[in-house]
Amino acid sequence: MLEIKNLVVQIEDKRILNGLNLTVNKGEMAAIMGPNGSGKSTLSYVIAGKEDYEVLDGEILLDGQNLLEMEADQRAAAGVFLAFQYPLEIPGVASMTFLKATLNAQRKARGEAELTTPDFIKRVNAAAQQLEIPKDMLKRALNVGFSGGEKKRMEILQMALLQPNFCILDETDSGLDIDALRIVSEGVNALRSPDRAFLVITHYQRLLNHIVPDTVHVMSAGRIVKTGGKELALELEATGYADYRETEAA
Amino acid sequence: MPAVQETIDQVRSIDVDQYKYGFETEVEMEKSPRGLSEDVIRFISAKKGEPEWMLQWRLDAYKRWLTMKEPAWARVSYDKVDYNDIYYYAAPKKNQAPKSLDEVDPEILKTYEKLGIPLREQEILAGVEPERRVAVDAVFDSVSVATTFKEELSKAGVIFMPISEAIREYPDLVRQYMGSVVPVTDNFFATLNSAVFTDGSFVYIPPGVRCPMELSTYFRINEKNTGQFERTLIIADKGSYVSYLEGCTAPKRDENQLHAAVVELVALDDAEIKYSTVQNWYPGDAEGRGGIYNFVTKRGDCRGKNSVITWTQVETGSAITWKYPSCILRGDGSRGEFYSIAVSNGMQQVDSGTKMIHLGKNTTSRIISKGIAAGKSENTYRGLVSAHRKATGARNFTNCDSLLIGNQCGAHTVPYIESKNATAVFEHEATTSKISEDQMFYCQQRGLSEEEATALIVNGFVKDVLQQLPMEFAVEAQKLISISLEGSVG
Repeated sequence: MLEIKNLVVQIEDKRILNGLNLTVNKGEMAAIMGPNGSGKSTLSYVIAGKEDYEVLDGEILLDGQNLLEMEADQRAAAGVFLAFQYPLEIPGVASMTFLKATLNAQRKARGEAELTTPDFIKRVNAAAQQLEIPKDMLKRALNVGFSGGEKKRMEILQMALLQPNFCILDETDSGLDIDALRIVSEGVNALRSPDRAFLVITHYQRLLNHIVPDTVHVMSAGRIVKTGGKELALELEATGYADYRETEAA
Repeated sequence: MPAVQETIDQVRSIDVDQYKYGFETEVEMEKSPRGLSEDVIRFISAKKGEPEWMLQWRLDAYKRWLTMKEPAWARVSYDKVDYNDIYYYAAPKKNQAPKSLDEVDPEILKTYEKLGIPLREQEILAGVEPERRVAVDAVFDSVSVATTFKEELSKAGVIFMPISEAIREYPDLVRQYMGSVVPVTDNFFATLNSAVFTDGSFVYIPPGVRCPMELSTYFRINEKNTGQFERTLIIADKGSYVSYLEGCTAPKRDENQLHAAVVELVALDDAEIKYSTVQNWYPGDAEGRGGIYNFVTKRGDCRGKNSVITWTQVETGSAITWKYPSCILRGDGSRGEFYSIAVSNGMQQVDSGTKMIHLGKNTTSRIISKGIAAGKSENTYRGLVSAHRKATGARNFTNCDSLLIGNQCGAHTVPYIESKNATAVFEHEATTSKISEDQMFYCQQRGLSEEEATALIVNGFVKDVLQQLPMEFAVEAQKLISISLEGSVG
């Protein structure tokens, strides 16, 4: 599904990704762990198409399509979704309005018909209920005055609605209390399917107790330095990232 | 959300040319001699068949104007206007008081058709349900070419006609009120207007009457080197209500053109006037060539107790905007409101705002101003809120927000607050924000294009004000804002 080959990226002359290779297969739940500054968030932004990053080498293929040649909105229409670590506020734009605009923009880009309003509302309500999002939150301006937990739930709501086939979760567990973590994890697990792949970026093993990964990659100094099963996460929790920092130096 | 989609479609449908009203109408015109003199004023007055008092009024204004200096305090800079190089009167030759639309030059009718302004009542009646009908006065350069629904309005006792006609037919009303809100000596541009004004609308709503439909005037500057000096006077008698909308466009030209209007509103006891403007004069090209100089004096007088005047404006056009629709809150318990969206792009310069002058007891006012600056434009809000000694219990709430798109534009807020009464409570809030790259990326990551994302964010920003516009115009205004911002990102 997603194939990253020898990706080299810099920002303002600072090398962040250093020949990164990564494959995520259809239906797979992949986790990336690593110390601060190892380039995890950069990787998520580069996949999603944020400007400011200079790609010096390598390629990113999603089902064979070269993502690096596409604008961020085209990548979204192709099925890439990034759940932000810090979701942005859009003042004056009701969450409901935003959801409808984005869903219809993607449908249009894929040559599908726009949803009718009743159809749309039905879908939103169903997804909102699962994530325990009250209706009045949907009427409020997107993310404005939302708590950390509300923002993260709103991210997962968008994911549920847009039905992307490649989902990146960037530190979705940060700022969540135990209940919110459970709700968000359940929301993510409900979306697991043989046709959909996930890349979960996190510092802590905690999230992976709820969202159980198929594979765990360790990232350090802009590269994947170790790959294993879910037990690798537990190992890291016990030993820390010290071993991998040495790799960095070497 | 359909409106956003419409906005986008509209923007897409325009290729290179963002200003779609920039066409010119070929029509034979009759003009005054170029420049300004007593003779030119006599010429205009004679053309309008005015009584002697009106001519004298004009000549007095002219004498006064000769002693005045053009104001320089606004945050705008422009090449000096040569007031002797302008035509002060230009009218279509065939328009000698047409009795019906059939007598109006077909080229002019086509112009309004192209602009989407309905002038044929039967067509309006055929297509639209009655409550959405709008009576239109169409002003083409210096004359009114058509006014619709006059008869039906007169059944309700409402007078809606070109001001030049009102001067002849209702001289007492005009004499009583004209210049009573904006005195002849008010300011350089208002005094100039008083000397040379050519046409505009006159509205009188009798006591207790709720005007049965929206009234609107549509101003079009067509002729080259011609200034437009319209004058509008609206009187809402005791307990009456009227909602009025003004629209304006002009052809694209390399030279600047002057538009110096005066609008006076008078609301007597318990009356309410809603005055909305969708200003879309030609803004000039990307290098700042051409465009309208919009120097306008608009003022409402809440003369009666518990009267209400609301100004709502959507400003997207003009090279230079100098405009401060104001309210004099004279009657006890009267209320003034000002809702504004001012969009500037390219090389446009906007200096606009309002004045709320609290004179009476328990008067209230509310100001919501949204400035959006893009390109290399400069956008200034300038406002005054004052409470005089007797204005016990005066209250004002002001909110000024500015949104910057890109990093070559400027937004400025210049609020003046004066209170001479200790019981007055004035609140002022102001913010300046930027559409951040992160916001754009967030929207694009969800599938919105750059244009769609900008439109969505801007629509969110101006929502409070758009809600104040009459329904059908709100959609228009929303489209207009996005068109004005086309090409402002990336």
